[in-house]
Amino acid sequence: MGAKTINLTLKIWRQKKSDAAGNFETYDVPNVPTDVSFLEMLDMLNERLEAEGQEPVAFDHDCREGICGMCGAMVNGQAHGPESGSTLCQTHMRTFKDGDTLVIEPWSANAFPVLKDLVVDRSAFDHIVATGGYVSVRTGSAPDANEIPIPKVDADTAMDAAACIGCGACVAACPNASAMLFVSAKVSHLAHLPQGKVEAKERVRAMVDTMDSLGFGNCSNARECEAACPKEISVEHIAKLNREFASALF
Amino acid sequence: MSTNGTVLDSKIPAGPLADKWDQHKFNLKLVNPANKRKFNIIVVGTGLAGASAAATLGELGYNVKSFCVQDSPRRAHSIAAQGGINAAKNYQNDGDSIWRLFYDTVKGGDFRAREANVYRLAQVSVNIIDQCAAQGVPFAREYGGLLANRSFGGAQVSRTFYARGQTGQQLLLGAYSAMSRMIGAGKIEMHARTEMLDLVVVDGKARGIISRNLVTGKIERHVADAVLLCTGGYGNAYYLSTNAMASNVTAAYRAHKRGAFFANPCYVQVHPTCIPVHGDSQSKLTLMSESLRNDGRVWVPKAKGDKRHPNDIPDSERYYYLEERYPSFGNLVPRDVASRNAKLVCDDGLGVGETGYAVYLDFRDAIARDGEPVIEQKYGNLFEMYEKITGENPYKEPMRIYPAVHYSMGGLWVDYNLMSNLPGLFVLGEANFSDHGANRLGASALMQGLADGYFVIPATLGGYLATEKLDPVTTDHESFKATENETTERINKLLAVNGSRTVDSFHKELGKVMWDKVGIARNKEGLEQARKEIKAIREEFWQNVKVNGESEDFNLSLEKAGRVADFLEFTELMAHDALLREESCGCHLREEYQTEEGEAKRNDDDFCYAAVWEHNGVGKEWTMHKEDLTFENVELTQRSYK
Ligand SMILES: Cc1cc2nc3c(=O)[nH]c(=O)nc-3n(C[C@H](O)[C@H](O)[C@H](O)COP(=O)(O)OP(=O)(O)OC[C@H]3O[C@@H](n4cnc5c(N)ncnc54)[C@H](O)[C@@H]3O)c2cc1C
Ligand code: FES
Repeated sequence: MGAKTINLTLKIWRQKKSDAAGNFETYDVPNVPTDVSFLEMLDMLNERLEAEGQEPVAFDHDCREGICGMCGAMVNGQAHGPESGSTLCQTHMRTFKDGDTLVIEPWSANAFPVLKDLVVDRSAFDHIVATGGYVSVRTGSAPDANEIPIPKVDADTAMDAAACIGCGACVAACPNASAMLFVSAKVSHLAHLPQGKVEAKERVRAMVDTMDSLGFGNCSNARECEAACPKEISVEHIAKLNREFASALF
Repeated sequence: MSTNGTVLDSKIPAGPLADKWDQHKFNLKLVNPANKRKFNIIVVGTGLAGASAAATLGELGYNVKSFCVQDSPRRAHSIAAQGGINAAKNYQNDGDSIWRLFYDTVKGGDFRAREANVYRLAQVSVNIIDQCAAQGVPFAREYGGLLANRSFGGAQVSRTFYARGQTGQQLLLGAYSAMSRMIGAGKIEMHARTEMLDLVVVDGKARGIISRNLVTGKIERHVADAVLLCTGGYGNAYYLSTNAMASNVTAAYRAHKRGAFFANPCYVQVHPTCIPVHGDSQSKLTLMSESLRNDGRVWVPKAKGDKRHPNDIPDSERYYYLEERYPSFGNLVPRDVASRNAKLVCDDGLGVGETGYAVYLDFRDAIARDGEPVIEQKYGNLFEMYEKITGENPYKEPMRIYPAVHYSMGGLWVDYNLMSNLPGLFVLGEANFSDHGANRLGASALMQGLADGYFVIPATLGGYLATEKLDPVTTDHESFKATENETTERINKLLAVNGSRTVDSFHKELGKVMWDKVGIARNKEGLEQARKEIKAIREEFWQNVKVNGESEDFNLSLEKAGRVADFLEFTELMAHDALLREESCGCHLREEYQTEEGEAKRNDDDFCYAAVWEHNGVGKEWTMHKEDLTFENVELTQRSYK
């Protein structure tokens, strides 16, 4: 790994509170090693701001390995930045060139109000799950795990859907700020397993209703969600959701 | 050392090992179903331990309030676990049993764990898999539709269940979904982005917490009949670790300062297969699942300073040091052994990469044997992750790896019921000390978190509530007021220092002292030095830290400052505990106590106990209480993986 560095100009959305007005601030960040991650680059800026007595740029993050779904921002109009199949924390600065200007903004969606700078409130996702994104099984009441064999293809498809990290990039990337990819991933995961079939109808109805009531837009098949998803969740799950939803109506 | 000799009652039930748990559950008093709704329970943390506990207690009818620092309970650090979860199902018919899982775990912990707890863990392991499968956790399966297993982390049987390289994520999402069901049902009140900053003790019993809303900065009081801490481990004491950025010791340490004893703080696991450090701006280290050691071979060049590309170094000039030194376990030796050996070969000048602190993990032979598709099926996402971070392709050249701090076996002391010495304070998951002794085996932390939350606490908490007389208490009680005042004062004090150094700069400085002197290998001189240096950093912190912004706001510097301030006190206890344990055991290697072959040398005559510390004030010496460990069912042997 070489000690190559690049110089960047950042235009970052700063907003003190939900109800405060926001604006872009420009920062020069020189000598960014290309081996560091995008968030480590923001750390470098924040270290400097803090030392100068200014408030650091607020952004969400935790695992920094692409699995907790906490991080995320629009970088030059792309959710999680330019690298496909990658969260912002997994994007490394070798993706960028010396002299680049990066415009960094929070997810923008009615259902995800900004809390501060790049931090948004995604609790709408939790509300959707709480209305049906589960199998109703009490602790202690489960049969032996091998009692219900599941064809490997179904288990694998369920796992593909279950890989969703709930980061919200799909909503941010969608021109209608729809949550269809997120909801369909959960519906499809459980609908592919015998354990999830029993409650399939109520689940899909409840989750879709809640999604609609929380201010997410409709799906118009723009497929931007799939392109932005760091876990590359396929829009085929949306088709599955639509089939499940249609059959739940009867 | 001051030892006041208080005998700790671990409340291990009498009777044969295999019957203890069932008999104990029968003996525990029950809370009448209609009365459960009268009890309020606080669960701090929503990782595997906290989410499974909250869900199960909600199902039973208790009123639960849950707390986490992330924006959603689904993001707790458990989400990052990759490799798998153990269970004694013996689906592979390869000789596994509850007894073998128990024995492996006790031996793996180098005979420093509590026998009865470990046996119970092995017993309930089988129920965990059933529960998770029923929730829809998409475990890996065979073509016949039944569950697949792999061997993992030093085990000679295949007892590890997994969901690709995302086992922790899938198990946590299972527990989170169970929890969400109870949130929907109104049995759990969720407080995300809320940090517990202190424990409220009333008449010697844990009765609530003081928390800070991380968005508004508001300080809040919460009252309950019992408090469950499920707040994870303290690996971030080292600044660089595989833990998530928000992992911290604050909740546990605050409880410690309120009287809860801390056990074995020096037992910290250093994981052998992580991506090496790249430079000063590094914020955390990334683990490469140790399942990789099932197929990858670990080596360094035989010659010092061999700068050739690894693919150009012929087999005869490679030192497969684990295979040579430990022929029967080879690359699958337990973590402590693998980490220590990596450090040894690098200290000898054989390390590779820019810094010389890395070894190779090579898949060349596995790919030649099984073909790339098979290897991709097993490790595809790990290889991808490695390539994303390093820009190198592990299908084409060996990975470079080095040990990193990963897990804390030490934690708040608990009895068999998972209750601390403070009545009403229960501790679950990585935050307690009970099951892993001096070294944790791979795939056993997920097992323990879920065992504690799904199966142990529902029984033992009921026993406490049914027998303890709890006076009605409200948040107007004097103790709530006083504890809240202390919390506010501390925040104001942090903001008032207004010095010239950032919080992170102190954390990094502390981390370096810890890694160098309280890391993989320790010695008396280094540990004494570490205590002095930690004290000096702490003093400077309170003179010279700069925390910007206000308290009634979303304030990331303030959040971090509080956690680092706690690490700056707690790490001194870690060093002190390591200093007084004059033996080597598990991950705790004291350079003065090694066998002639360089293996850890235990001293069962003098140190077969858990060191349990009582806080007497910052900067004052702690009081040590000992829990003697007695082994009635296994024979203490020198671990050998040769
Ligand atoms: C990269 C990695 C890979 C791993 N892989 C494996 C594996 O394959 N198999 C295995 O068995 N183990 C593995 N482990 C270990 C295992 O993941 C952890 O030990 C385990 O998940 C800890 O679970 P927990 O519930 O105790 O705590 P955590 O999951 O750490 O949860 C802690 C919770 O407490 C909350 N919290 C903390 N402090 C506060 C506070 N002050 N106020 C409010 N809330 C607070 C957090 O928000 C969080 O919800 C791995 C660990 C790492 C780091
Ligand atoms: S910080 Fe966890 S996914 Fe980016």
